[in-house]
Amino acid sequence: MAEAASHTTSYVRDKMLPQAEPPTLQKGAIKWMRDNLFSGWLNSILTIVSIYVIWAVVSDLFPWFANSIWRADSLTQCREIRNATVGADAPAACFAVIVDRWQQLLFGFYPREFYWRPILSLVVMLTALMPVLFPRLPRAALLWSVSAPFVIFFLLWGGSVWFPLAAALGFVIGAVAWRLVSAASGALLGVLAAIILPIIYWLYFAAPLADGLAGSVPLGLEAVPSKQFGGFMLSVVIGISGIVLSLPLGILLALGRQSPLFIINKLSVGFIEIIRGVPLIVWLFTASLLLNYFLPPGTNFDLMLRVIIMVTLFASAYIAEVVRGGLAALPKGQYEAADALGLDYWKSMRLIILPQALKIAIPGIVNTFIGLFKDTTLVVFIGLLDPIGLTNAIRASTDWNGIYWELFLFIALMFFVFCFSMGRYSLYLEKKLRREHR
Amino acid sequence: MKKSLFFGALTVATLIGAAAHASTLDDVKARGKLNCGVTTGLVGFAAPDANGVWQGFDVAVCRAVAAAIFGDPMAVNFVPTTGATRFTALASGEVDLLSRVTTWTFTRDTDLKFDFAAVAYYDGQGFMVPKSLGVTSAKDLDGATICIQTGTTTELNLADYFRANNMSYEPVPIETNAEGQQQFLAGACDVYTTDASGLAATRAAFEHPGDYIILPEIISKEPLGPVVRHGDNDWGDLVRWTFYALVAAEEYGITSANVDEMAAAPTQNPEINRILGTEGDLGAMIGLDKDWAVKAIKAGGNYGEIFEKNIGENTPVGLARGLNAQWKQGGLQYAMPFR
Amino acid sequence: MTSTTEAPKPAFRLSQLIYDSRYRSITIQVVAMILFFAGFAWLIENTVSNLRALGKDFDFGFLWNRSGYDINQHLIPYTNNSTHARAALVGILNTLLVSFIGCLTATVIGVLAGVLRLSKNWLVSRLMAVYVEGFRNVPLLLWIVLIFAIMTEATPQPRDFREGGSAAMLLWHSVAISNRGVFIPAPIWGAGSGILVGIFVLSLVAAWYYRRYARKLLFDTGRLLPMVWPAILIAIVPTVLFYFILGRPVTLDYPTLGGFNFKGGLQIRNSLIALWVALSVYTGAFIAEIVRSGILAVSKGQSEAAFALGLRPNRTMSLVILPQAMRVIIPPLISQFLNLTKNSSLAIAVGYMDVRATLGGITINQTGRELEGMLLLGLFYLVLSLLISGVMNIYNNRIKLKER
Repeated sequence: MAEAASHTTSYVRDKMLPQAEPPTLQKGAIKWMRDNLFSGWLNSILTIVSIYVIWAVVSDLFPWFANSIWRADSLTQCREIRNATVGADAPAACFAVIVDRWQQLLFGFYPREFYWRPILSLVVMLTALMPVLFPRLPRAALLWSVSAPFVIFFLLWGGSVWFPLAAALGFVIGAVAWRLVSAASGALLGVLAAIILPIIYWLYFAAPLADGLAGSVPLGLEAVPSKQFGGFMLSVVIGISGIVLSLPLGILLALGRQSPLFIINKLSVGFIEIIRGVPLIVWLFTASLLLNYFLPPGTNFDLMLRVIIMVTLFASAYIAEVVRGGLAALPKGQYEAADALGLDYWKSMRLIILPQALKIAIPGIVNTFIGLFKDTTLVVFIGLLDPIGLTNAIRASTDWNGIYWELFLFIALMFFVFCFSMGRYSLYLEKKLRREHR
Repeated sequence: MKKSLFFGALTVATLIGAAAHASTLDDVKARGKLNCGVTTGLVGFAAPDANGVWQGFDVAVCRAVAAAIFGDPMAVNFVPTTGATRFTALASGEVDLLSRVTTWTFTRDTDLKFDFAAVAYYDGQGFMVPKSLGVTSAKDLDGATICIQTGTTTELNLADYFRANNMSYEPVPIETNAEGQQQFLAGACDVYTTDASGLAATRAAFEHPGDYIILPEIISKEPLGPVVRHGDNDWGDLVRWTFYALVAAEEYGITSANVDEMAAAPTQNPEINRILGTEGDLGAMIGLDKDWAVKAIKAGGNYGEIFEKNIGENTPVGLARGLNAQWKQGGLQYAMPFR
Repeated sequence: MTSTTEAPKPAFRLSQLIYDSRYRSITIQVVAMILFFAGFAWLIENTVSNLRALGKDFDFGFLWNRSGYDINQHLIPYTNNSTHARAALVGILNTLLVSFIGCLTATVIGVLAGVLRLSKNWLVSRLMAVYVEGFRNVPLLLWIVLIFAIMTEATPQPRDFREGGSAAMLLWHSVAISNRGVFIPAPIWGAGSGILVGIFVLSLVAAWYYRRYARKLLFDTGRLLPMVWPAILIAIVPTVLFYFILGRPVTLDYPTLGGFNFKGGLQIRNSLIALWVALSVYTGAFIAEIVRSGILAVSKGQSEAAFALGLRPNRTMSLVILPQAMRVIIPPLISQFLNLTKNSSLAIAVGYMDVRATLGGITINQTGRELEGMLLLGLFYLVLSLLISGVMNIYNNRIKLKER
């Protein structure tokens, strides 16, 4: 080697050249643009078209935003302010309507002095989700998750505190009955007892108990009828109760669809296909127009509850499909291992299969929830005042008659923020799951 | 485990449902609130204000009935209904009273099993066109494109009118008044048709109302009034006579300002005394207090006051009394005698 | 002595129905069946007694009464003297029309956006991300309403097309884009046009056969014939030739401005376009995500192997990547098509007269027959959904990876 080096001195430069700047085309912004924007004729065209689209949108919307008016009492006043400041017929958004009515768009007609209740409910819900989402928290925290729906119900609707407590007692009765009876005389009887006893309790004992307690120890919040719910609060309440209530039903349907029992299987498949085959709007009309036909004569309960029932049934079909996906994704060995351990069907489902399948299904459930939340806007067609329904109501006041874009923009933005963050969350979950599976 | 909301609410619901067989008035009294069906929002007739309090002409009728029963005009639950859901809401007992610009027609009265208590507002379907179109009569509208709200009697009237006059048109159905307004202003249709009151209210909200005219032709009769279920005549009577008390109050000069004074002691006019309960006890005959009409009038004033406050010429809606003037002023509002 | 004790045949005990797994499944199913029928009977019983209480009957006779309302877009003859049943049929056809064209364009938009989102072009991929996220996270109802409103604001009114107006017709005075819709020339089928249509169909078949032949040749011998241009020529040239030979049997009816509006031609109404655009752009955003994840699901080694074999990038895409991605893409794509079809029931928001607006809207409203109307409506959507998923499942099974 050394010999070779000594021979080639005349050909090899023995001094390092000073480092030259890279050519202008290969560095900094220009290189980045060449690589990322103009790497070929197709890409260049695409870039130019994109720039044109962006410019067209921005140049149309910018003046409208820049001239926007935030303080006014009515559309007429908005127009006067605009005429005085930027001149007549100039584009100017009148966001004063949002300033004037944002409470309604968020909370509907919920009494203003009680706004803390829905907000607190949201906090309760988020804390209740924690133990479900973060398995590292102690198991005891799950008790809080289980009782949260009652707390939220009590916070939102108010009334006597004994009513949700009496309703919750039914589940305690069910759980106790299941423990005792299944220990004494087998699982099947236990399940039967756990179903029948609470129903008897709810039908005949819950209401007198709640009334009696409310009479002797009056404790509670001022009742707010669901007619006063509206705006985003309505969407969120319908969306969340729809998803939460549909989970148990959806899981049962998914199990039914996988079941080898012919009749159970066919009933589940039929239910799922019928619900999924018909648009939600038809189901909502059914809730509003037909549910009274299907229930015993004289039964009549408020529209929001009927909508929640319908949305629950609707969502359960979709949840069933998501859970089915989770069940199918489990390796067959898990089922076989559960059988090999001698677990019966319910035990193997409860201890082995469902915990894993549900974990896989969580992103799908979140996506179903986003879809359902967006679909709650359809309740406007049956006269519930969700955000879109409220735009009509707001425009029907003489102050804001004739306003259009600002309201829709605000609503779209609210939905976007909510759904986008949920979507990101589900993506994060998906990635986390994938990591854990490796 | 989270089904409690459902079951809990269901138990309550069945409890409520169980009571629904008694008479409507008893139900309302037991509930302490009147359930009143209104529109989801129509300028001048029903709309929530910034505080969430419903305002408007239809709303005032509900408030008067509530005041007659409870003495409290705020004892009303307003149930927003759409054109498609309003009749089911009434038939199923979800609302006790439907005060929702509903046209009194034969089939609704008979086949749908409802009763119209009275005519609160005599309306008719009209046309609005841009002035620049150069149209002065509805007879010139052959071939026009017409924006129309679906699910109402207006689209049937329109079809009938154009058929009867042997003209053609292109309907542009729209779901809400707001969309209609937007489409019409953008020129997607030449003509906007709805009840004349709605046209006036819509035009008032335009940036340049002077550029549009409402054609003289009124092509239909649209008697709008409060509706109750068929079969409970006592309840229908209560609504009917509460409304007539408002109309009669205007006729005899009773206003929300002087009603207390006039009710304090019998006046020279026996009819006024009978209405206000200072002579006889008409209230007992419809299951209410003696001073039911006083309370109803105090709620929002007499018929004229309600009209002026919500849709009259001094409001942005700016409707003239026209057919809705008192019969003595050449209108059709005519309260039956109180005796 | 040595007795093989025969197991005593156990007598059937009632408790076996619960504890013996052989019989338990039957017990459970019978109980489920009984509960199901009991629930069903309960609903029917309630409905019957409720109907009686309201003094109504269950009768589809209203379908044969005069409807009395007009429908602007009717693919079959319809006037306000027609029956409610015909109005429902008009609505059904309108639903099918918008669903069909919606599915087509949604697929095109979705595939384009999905591929572009993976593009190396920074700006384009960001723009597509904005599009996908923006449409996926805002309710469809809002988009429909907004797109409809934007379209009416952004396009000129018919009266702007008058002399000296601000708008002009496109393509040699044959197409007008206005806020009442797009007016295009309508074909008038003269004598001999049947022959022309026949020739066109035949040449399409011929073009298809040519492609099949060329492909077979390629696979058998490796000889690559040009595929695209000859196929297009075969499909078009004979028709054009015969069009002139037959003496121009098909003429066009151009839209002209007259009175309030354009007269003549074919009007594609704004409500249809708005709904179509909204449905396809909204569903396209979902399809884009499906396509993107489908393409990403094909392992990178596949494209590297294809490159190593010397395939050019577009051939790699069409011969290697897409066929594999399709297997991932098709099942969720089917459910997007179903969603689009069901979402077309929001047509009423823009006044498009689909079956929800005619049968499920005005007819129910005018006749008060909500039970019968809703039942028919639900049944229609159910049958349509089952049909679509059935057909698409057959297709899916055909392209599914045959595992051996």
